[in-house]
Amino acid sequence: MCLAVPARVIEKDGDRAVADAMGNRWNIRITLTPDIEVGDVVLIHAGYAITKVDEEEAKKTWELFEEIAHFEAERLKAKQQEGDRDA
Amino acid sequence: MKPSGLRPSNRKATEMLERIEQARKSIHSACEKVGRQIQVMEVCGTHTVSIFRHGIRTLLPENLKMLSGPGCPVCVTDQGYIDVVMDLARRDDTIIATYGDMIRVPGKGDSLESLHRDNIKVVLSTDNGLALAKKHPDKTVVFVAVGFETTTPASAVAVADAAREGVGNFCILSGHKLVVPAMKALLGSKNDKIDAFLCPGHVSVILGSDAYRSVVDEFNRPCVVAGFEGVQILEGLAKICEQIADGRAEIDSVYGAAVTPQGNRTAWKIITDMFEPCDGPWRGLGVIPGATMRLKNQYKQFDALHRFGIEEVPSEEPAGCQCGQILCGLMDPPQCGLFGKKCTPDTPVGPCMVSTEGACSAWYKYGR
Ligand code: SF4
Repeated sequence: MCLAVPARVIEKDGDRAVADAMGNRWNIRITLTPDIEVGDVVLIHAGYAITKVDEEEAKKTWELFEEIAHFEAERLKAKQQEGDRDA
Repeated sequence: MKPSGLRPSNRKATEMLERIEQARKSIHSACEKVGRQIQVMEVCGTHTVSIFRHGIRTLLPENLKMLSGPGCPVCVTDQGYIDVVMDLARRDDTIIATYGDMIRVPGKGDSLESLHRDNIKVVLSTDNGLALAKKHPDKTVVFVAVGFETTTPASAVAVADAAREGVGNFCILSGHKLVVPAMKALLGSKNDKIDAFLCPGHVSVILGSDAYRSVVDEFNRPCVVAGFEGVQILEGLAKICEQIADGRAEIDSVYGAAVTPQGNRTAWKIITDMFEPCDGPWRGLGVIPGATMRLKNQYKQFDALHRFGIEEVPSEEPAGCQCGQILCGLMDPPQCGLFGKKCTPDTPVGPCMVSTEGACSAWYKYGR
């Protein structure tokens, strides 16, 4: 539940902003990180930016998420095949 | 670690493998030097899942044991709290706004999901909860406010917004918890088996790594902050084992730029403007002094307990469930008689099986 994901701020209006991660867009609040500018990469938790992070860190996490999605899909497939065999 | 984690490029993969190997070596040589059994508690549920998913346990020496701590907010939420949420959900004048994590946690009988009522709304942020209140002025929106320091600021901002904008039909049921007092309570209890803490990454973004000072100073236990990547967890463990081998207990962090010693002061100020610590029950751990957050008196009109005249949140546990023992590091999930039999992710008995970050759920999915 305490997981935060990195995303890039692409629009900003007061303490509200739009952030983008791997093509997914969210409306977020930047109330907790008032110094954020458009272009910055932030960690987002429950709709709030909680800190700025550097680009490299963020890239690693995005790659990791892809890996996890890939891994989960494989695991599911394996499980299904197992199920098919048992049936 | 699974090689599938290394696709991006060969150079990066080699670099990553080297870091893993380096950390693994440090852990093994430090543990060998220590000789005796070492028990490290990963406080955070995100770590629990990552440790399993990356097969980290298989890389550790025999005498290093990982304990899953109370770091999943769903798991430590007392059943009495869930029952209050259920009672509020059964009313016709309320809308319950909750993070998806809470929807399947069983109360005495039902869970929010099994109630099948359309006044129960899953939201992604407190902002959505407040928006619901504005949209339905004839109902009272109760936000199910659980979570640690990472999540508390969002509740604080929502209440501040509601107060400023005069949204009188919004309130929160605060089950917010503080991580550090709980860590200290675990160490202070007689069953202390914990040699060191692997501290949560994203909670520490808000808290700052200096927040663990009292754990290090008063209890002489190493506290090392790590992010949730497998390699960072290994590097964090290496730092911990080295400290134990040298007889040191210090604060350290392998989570780079995101975690600073002082944390996010803006967030912390918003929390302390709106909330104050109080004594409150943690699932399985009992009442921990100063480890639960409630709204300050001047915001009590936004406190669901006050709004609905609820005086006491009764504390109760599902029969046979050993979550409390597991959260204290005294038991591993398979030692619970219900594990994998009556209690599975599809038919969870306790919160540690409901939450995807719960120790029981992680063991069930990856540990067998
Ligand atoms: S296996 Fe189920 S019943 Fe047993 S401790 Fe875990 S959640 Fe509780």
